Amino acid sequence: MEILDKLKEDIRGELEGVSLVIGWERGYDSLHTTPLFIRCPEDIDRLIWNPLCVHNLASYLPWFKGRRVGILVKGCDSRTVIQLLQERLIQREEVVIFGIPCQGVVDLAKIRARVDCSQVRGVSFKGDKIAIETPQGQRELPLEEILATKCISCQYPTPLIYDHLAGEAISSHRPPGLLFAEVEKIEKLDPKERFAYWQQELQRCIRCYACRNACPLCVCQDFCAADARDPHWLSQKTGIGEKFMWQILHAIHLAGRCTDCGECERACPMDIPIQRIRKKINKEIKELFGYEAGVNLEVTPPLYTFQVEEPAIKEREW
Amino acid sequence: MVTPEVRFLAAEKIPTLLKRLGERYRVFAPVKVSETTVLFQEYREGVQIVLDRQTTAPAKEIIFPQTERLLSYTYRKDPEDPQKIELQVEEAPQSAPRTIIFGARPCDARGFRVFDSVFTAGPYEDPYYSSRRQQTTIVTIFCTQPQNTCFCTSVGTGPTDTEGSDLVLTPITEGYLAEAITEKGKELLQDEAFVSAQERVEEAQRAKEGIKLESELDLEGIPQRLMELFSTDFWERVSAKCISCGACTYLCPTCYCFNITDEAAGLEGERVRTWDSCMFYQYTLEASGHNPRPTKAERYRNRVGHKFSYHPINYEGMIGCCGCGRCIKSCPVSLDIRQVLREAKAYG
Repeated sequence: MEILDKLKEDIRGELEGVSLVIGWERGYDSLHTTPLFIRCPEDIDRLIWNPLCVHNLASYLPWFKGRRVGILVKGCDSRTVIQLLQERLIQREEVVIFGIPCQGVVDLAKIRARVDCSQVRGVSFKGDKIAIETPQGQRELPLEEILATKCISCQYPTPLIYDHLAGEAISSHRPPGLLFAEVEKIEKLDPKERFAYWQQELQRCIRCYACRNACPLCVCQDFCAADARDPHWLSQKTGIGEKFMWQILHAIHLAGRCTDCGECERACPMDIPIQRIRKKINKEIKELFGYEAGVNLEVTPPLYTFQVEEPAIKEREW
Repeated sequence: MVTPEVRFLAAEKIPTLLKRLGERYRVFAPVKVSETTVLFQEYREGVQIVLDRQTTAPAKEIIFPQTERLLSYTYRKDPEDPQKIELQVEEAPQSAPRTIIFGARPCDARGFRVFDSVFTAGPYEDPYYSSRRQQTTIVTIFCTQPQNTCFCTSVGTGPTDTEGSDLVLTPITEGYLAEAITEKGKELLQDEAFVSAQERVEEAQRAKEGIKLESELDLEGIPQRLMELFSTDFWERVSAKCISCGACTYLCPTCYCFNITDEAAGLEGERVRTWDSCMFYQYTLEASGHNPRPTKAERYRNRVGHKFSYHPINYEGMIGCCGCGRCIKSCPVSLDIRQVLREAKAYG
């Protein structure tokens, strides 16, 4: 059975016992999908599944606390669900998880960098290629070139937690060594160059907080330190200093919690490569605590506990 | 009524034109700032100007900056009597330098018309906005390729609308036909980069006629319809997927809400006006702790209601939206305001 048919069948079976099921449907054109809130059996017909289903729908879960909801997750999204459960931000009995073994989703910014997408007429998938129909003609791009960065080093194509799995589990064929490739490139720059790089990128930040609000682990939301009025932690000005401060604040608050879903960067209307900042912290956490967020429900995230002697922190040798 | 003056501007002359204008004006043009983003920036030699697509953010920032210093202040303690504190206040200047926005779109210009009704027409004139607006000359390029997200014709403007522009450019072979709409526009045409256009007028006319964007949204009766839906669960349903970020409002050419804060550092500080967004919880959070718009449903209702109901009701029918579609294109979850308006008509 096709993945989509299996999903629909499983959702039909569970719909009565939940308030709604969150999936994807076609968006304003054939290149864009949009989250779908399935409330009645007729809504199920609108569900789609393809490499354009980019959103990590787990971001919505904390909003529905207290209600039982269904959610469609890719492998990466399932890590968010695990992390949310670990932090007790959601309850296991309140979520029905429809897992999808995933071969990767696209990065729309990478497509936009190659094709003028303003007048897309149609999109289709042909083997390992995506074909985009525009008034200027059809453009075919190898999927490999336009996959989201997280997919290129994906170690968990099959969800790590689910109630239903749409299809056969698949295992990763991606080299884990690529996980921090972008971060390592920036680490090689000397501090001055590194600062100049981020200055140039962050200059165009508009402090719209799309990164914050799309982040599934950014659970303070309405009570964020960045726009608190009292205490007035952070200036409302939009100079480069405030932009840096906000991005660092976000990254630090995600230390040991970020599941590398890339929603921050995907949501950024200015296409700033901000996931790299979160990834740098993830790398530090991995080196210090050997921890990767959202892969094991049974363990406690490192910053939620402490050990008197951390094996990788040589306190006595300082 | 100004008699239109018509000239031809060769595309290759644009960099030298902007450089020359830069001696007398602050000149802003759409510049490629990353692989996928184009923003209005002050023109410098060597930048890559991009005139064949809509900018990522509108020209709003140039006349209505995201951060505006209103005043600076310093507290001085008297060394003889530390209880005595003197306050010095320095107000920010309200006179703006002469500025050109080169390569705006009709939707950018329309955005400023919406601002004008609030900030210049009274009863409360905004001196900062007014001064910049008066001192700015807007050079608009007609849109030959409306995008999937464009709906300007549905809100009372269009890809060849001249309203709010001082000079308009119609793209033709190897350049543009330039038509002055106002005296400010005429002044620019004095530059030597603009040459006789006699044999190009017909071509431009044909180009203009070839530009089509059908009005696809029926907004008849929408101001009243949205009022009828005010207290229904419609808003909760349509805003369900909204993530409450400010991308739509900050990239909107007609969103003008702002916040005023004192940003202090030690004994000195600044009072600044910064953009605010009705998508944020703090937007109408009152000092008492009460918030009349506590959830995203009320906040999203405010965004749609303001543009398509309250603004036209308060300002002689003018819709508070220019149809640029950035709120659709840049929305992290592709929430489509056109679809919301269609559903509003059909709801219940």
